[in-house]
Amino acid sequence: MVFVNDPIKYLDAVIRDLLTGWGLSNGLSTVIIYFIGITVLIIFAMVLDIFLVWVERKVVARFQDRLGPNRIGPFGIIQPFADIIKLIIKEDITPGGADKFLFNLGPVLAISSVIILWAILPISSKIFGVDLNVAVLYLVAAGALGTLSIIVGGWASNNKYALLGAFRMVANMISYEIPMVIALLIPTILADSMSVQGITQAQGGMWFAFLSPLALIIFLISAIAELGRSPFDLNEAESEIVAGFHIEYTGMKFGLFYAGELLHAFTFGGFIAVLFFGGYGGFFGLEKIGLFSWLSNPFVQAIVFLAKAMFGYWVIMWIKYSMPRIRIDHMLAFNWKFLTPLALVVLVNTAILGKVLAGFPNWIYVLGMFSSNIVIGFITIQILRIYGRKQRNTLLKNSSTNGKNQEQVA
Amino acid sequence: MTADRIIFLLTAGVILGSAIMVVVTRKLIHAALWLVAALFGVAILYGILQAGFLAVVQVVVYIGAIAILFIFAVMLTRKETLEKGTQTRPNWWLPGILGLIILIGLIILITGHIDFNRTAEQIPTNIDTLRLLGVALVSPDAFVLPFEIASVLLLAALVGAVFVASGKKE
Repeated sequence: MVFVNDPIKYLDAVIRDLLTGWGLSNGLSTVIIYFIGITVLIIFAMVLDIFLVWVERKVVARFQDRLGPNRIGPFGIIQPFADIIKLIIKEDITPGGADKFLFNLGPVLAISSVIILWAILPISSKIFGVDLNVAVLYLVAAGALGTLSIIVGGWASNNKYALLGAFRMVANMISYEIPMVIALLIPTILADSMSVQGITQAQGGMWFAFLSPLALIIFLISAIAELGRSPFDLNEAESEIVAGFHIEYTGMKFGLFYAGELLHAFTFGGFIAVLFFGGYGGFFGLEKIGLFSWLSNPFVQAIVFLAKAMFGYWVIMWIKYSMPRIRIDHMLAFNWKFLTPLALVVLVNTAILGKVLAGFPNWIYVLGMFSSNIVIGFITIQILRIYGRKQRNTLLKNSSTNGKNQEQVA
Repeated sequence: MTADRIIFLLTAGVILGSAIMVVVTRKLIHAALWLVAALFGVAILYGILQAGFLAVVQVVVYIGAIAILFIFAVMLTRKETLEKGTQTRPNWWLPGILGLIILIGLIILITGHIDFNRTAEQIPTNIDTLRLLGVALVSPDAFVLPFEIASVLLLAALVGAVFVASGKKE
């Protein structure tokens, strides 16, 4: 067992030897090793989070035709540490009417709802927290805790803007959970498994992004809604409700909400990579050729996974900084009248076509799946076009009759 | 004492404590959040019993949907009227005695059961319980009829809710 091929098992064996050598029982050393593993994973996620602050600020600057932080350190890479020091030395204020316990619980829940997602994130075939057989549902369950953190924080602040933000978040999350669950069912059906390792390994030959591009788009939209990022950032809409649910939070408590949001976005980038882009693998069978066998090394896989996750995160940032916020009734109508029916159609299509094409050669299966998605997408766009034209015609008719009325009045 | 037992005792303590806090606490929103803690504890119990699917569904359904709707409803009520006055009614002793009788009866029933002293068997790792559950839910000689009836019932509730919410159009 060499460190390079299976680092976790190797380290486990080394530490276990050490602990049992000190006279600890095997059971106790297992508990200690698990604690060390969990701590290391959380520290990795939080250190990555510090780096993400810099990435986010640099990328938003580029999207807005600015340079971004560039004074402290090369390319401004030490800027996040300056941010953290600023947040720590700021005064920590608890509003007079606030519910003290819940007010402090809000940010803790916000960051922990993200960190528990890292338990199932398959960083590589050998480096992962746990391979749950219900990982896809676990993702949805962790989202519920995120909603709870925003409700708790928004309510405990005893501020009407914060409460409004919390109300909006509930409406947002409860409705967008439905297309998200349906979109999550599609990789589950395609891989015939709910475990993230199983889904990753099922994409060794072909990414699910090609088998069901519509599911990818639906998942991306509902993931952004669940993150509460623009264009779905109604819970903190600065121009309407000042800062929404975290209006009363100062210093590091605000910092936890902020860090939680960034890490959440990156984690969802990771899940997009796992569910639709082959995760740490998905090299189309390249790693089986002798020359490229280094691709199945766990460290190479981890780098591939982080790169794919970063790409997903970049897409989420791209959408955030180029789209205006949508109105709440439009947001709900978009979900219930468009996204949910479309997700259901794609789900039924995937289930039926997957069984019909199962006996055919692989290229016919892939081509059939892909083209059926294109056909559904085309029909959707046609329906939207007809609907949009009808809306515009009624508006035109109304404005013309209004104009006539005004003329008559004049 | 094994690790499983320690986790069980801790979880059971948390569930009982939070369940008592649900009825004792004066603030309605705190009661709802203690309920979330109790439900989360039950999910951990399912996890100990190797029923991972049930544990996750417990969190998704009870915390993600029902508890959040509870909290949402509580937020819309006025808190001033609800945080004053006594928490007990004058005839509280009658349900108290009834509850105690039921508790004693349940303890006698459960301790008298044949399987009371049996330890749960470990499910072998090569058995995919999730797949078995899925097959059982749709196979005709298992649970397909109850499953479908529950689905139709939920659909009827959904249609009814939409009808009530949309109001009469004349």
